[in-house]
Amino acid sequence: MRSTATRGGLRVAVVDYGAGNLVSIEQALTSVGAQVRLAGTPDDLADAEAVVVPGVGAARPAMNRLAQAGLVDPLLRWIALGRPYLGICLGLQLLFERSDEDGAETFGVIRGRTVLLGDAPTLPHIGWNQVERRRDHALFAGIQDGTDMYFVHSYAGLPEGLAAEAGILAETTHGSRFVSAVDRGNVLGVQFHPERSGAAGLRLLGNFARWATALAAGAGAERSPVGAGGTAGGD
Amino acid sequence: MLRRRIIACLDVANGRVVKGTRFVDLVDEGDPPELAARYADEGADELVFLDITAATEGRATLLDIVERTARHAFVPLTVGGGVRTVEDMRAVLRAGADRVSLNTAAVAAPDLVTGCARAFGRQAVVVAIDARRIADPGSAVARWEVLVRGGRDETGLDAVDWAVRAAELGAGELLITSIDRDGTQSGFDTDLLRAITDRVGIPVIASGGAAGPADFISAVVDGGADAVLAASIFHRRLHSIADIKRTMLAAGIPIRATRGVAA
Repeated sequence: MRSTATRGGLRVAVVDYGAGNLVSIEQALTSVGAQVRLAGTPDDLADAEAVVVPGVGAARPAMNRLAQAGLVDPLLRWIALGRPYLGICLGLQLLFERSDEDGAETFGVIRGRTVLLGDAPTLPHIGWNQVERRRDHALFAGIQDGTDMYFVHSYAGLPEGLAAEAGILAETTHGSRFVSAVDRGNVLGVQFHPERSGAAGLRLLGNFARWATALAAGAGAERSPVGAGGTAGGD
Repeated sequence: MLRRRIIACLDVANGRVVKGTRFVDLVDEGDPPELAARYADEGADELVFLDITAATEGRATLLDIVERTARHAFVPLTVGGGVRTVEDMRAVLRAGADRVSLNTAAVAAPDLVTGCARAFGRQAVVVAIDARRIADPGSAVARWEVLVRGGRDETGLDAVDWAVRAAELGAGELLITSIDRDGTQSGFDTDLLRAITDRVGIPVIASGGAAGPADFISAVVDGGADAVLAASIFHRRLHSIADIKRTMLAAGIPIRATRGVAA
């Protein structure tokens, strides 16, 4: 696989399952100092310190392609090991249990399902909209509350269960409110596209790289024996 | 609240940005990646890259220029021209497009719209419609015909009917260009826009005829457009994106704050 690695910088595996534009996320992460590898096989995750799952479109074809590439179990293991993970757009939606869009079963790391945006004046929701924070997180350091980010989607994850409220980092309104950023410990997800959200989006990706570097350093000690450390599931 | 978008359009032929009047008399306007970076920096909310000779030359999209353009701007990029199959679309997305615009190929094979929407989601599929007003002084109701292959071929299709059909087939957005107004700086055809925005629930991009800030306001208020696209006035620096955004804001239209614009 293509790698833009230079010396230094967080080693980020951007999961490549044939679902769209990887150029922007690769370019954006590289511009904030990360070393990016496009990961199309489980082996490509081997020396990564953080994983980013981008993607657009529907859940079922995405799950099928991830399964064909043998990536579903390695990604679930990655999450269970407490390692840094960022899902973007469809990459966030896949973290939920299933999708209303096509009924696909997804990762089930976050309780709840992906639902159609309610009361939306237009669908798909395309364009810049405000990301309103529900609590602080390093991911949004230095980014003003209510900053516009770029969205392009019709569905969004709806967290359920006891940990639902606590896991909501930000919400956005298009018709009704939906969850636009989540936090499940080592797993972060954003419904917008930071790689297409100008300077604010680049800042968020830089924040992710710093947060992941700190987490990877901490988790490295905790990871032996395998299975220790905080996990994202089971809320 | 969702902002209305200002889109800078790069019409590309032979690897260069060009601009004509009513789709002919093309003039060289610059290098695609350079202009993309400039417009992103100046506050464009999105870029549209149209390979305007791909359909007429019967070839695929110029992927290397798409990729260089995508790498130069951290704002969304829609790419059109030369996409005839789902696999063509996959290649254009892989080259760095966020969304793909279908025009001639969608008219020839409407199933393409559905196939692309199934594969990548409808939000990734833009159907571009080049519409020309039908001269009929006897009729009280305006009508427009769809033209394809860069405005060269008539189709007999009614533009509003095709817009409604495209939305049903799976388009996630419509890019509506008035051929009569294209490059003329005589204002958008807001009748055309309104006829379509009244009939579809997906967002609509207004294109063709931008002269100044008042036209952008009119496209949104009178035409019901969700996004407004222009080319000539940006290439030739007749108006800055910041000027247009400030005027739209003053008119009460929600706009993304970018350099020189406080929302």
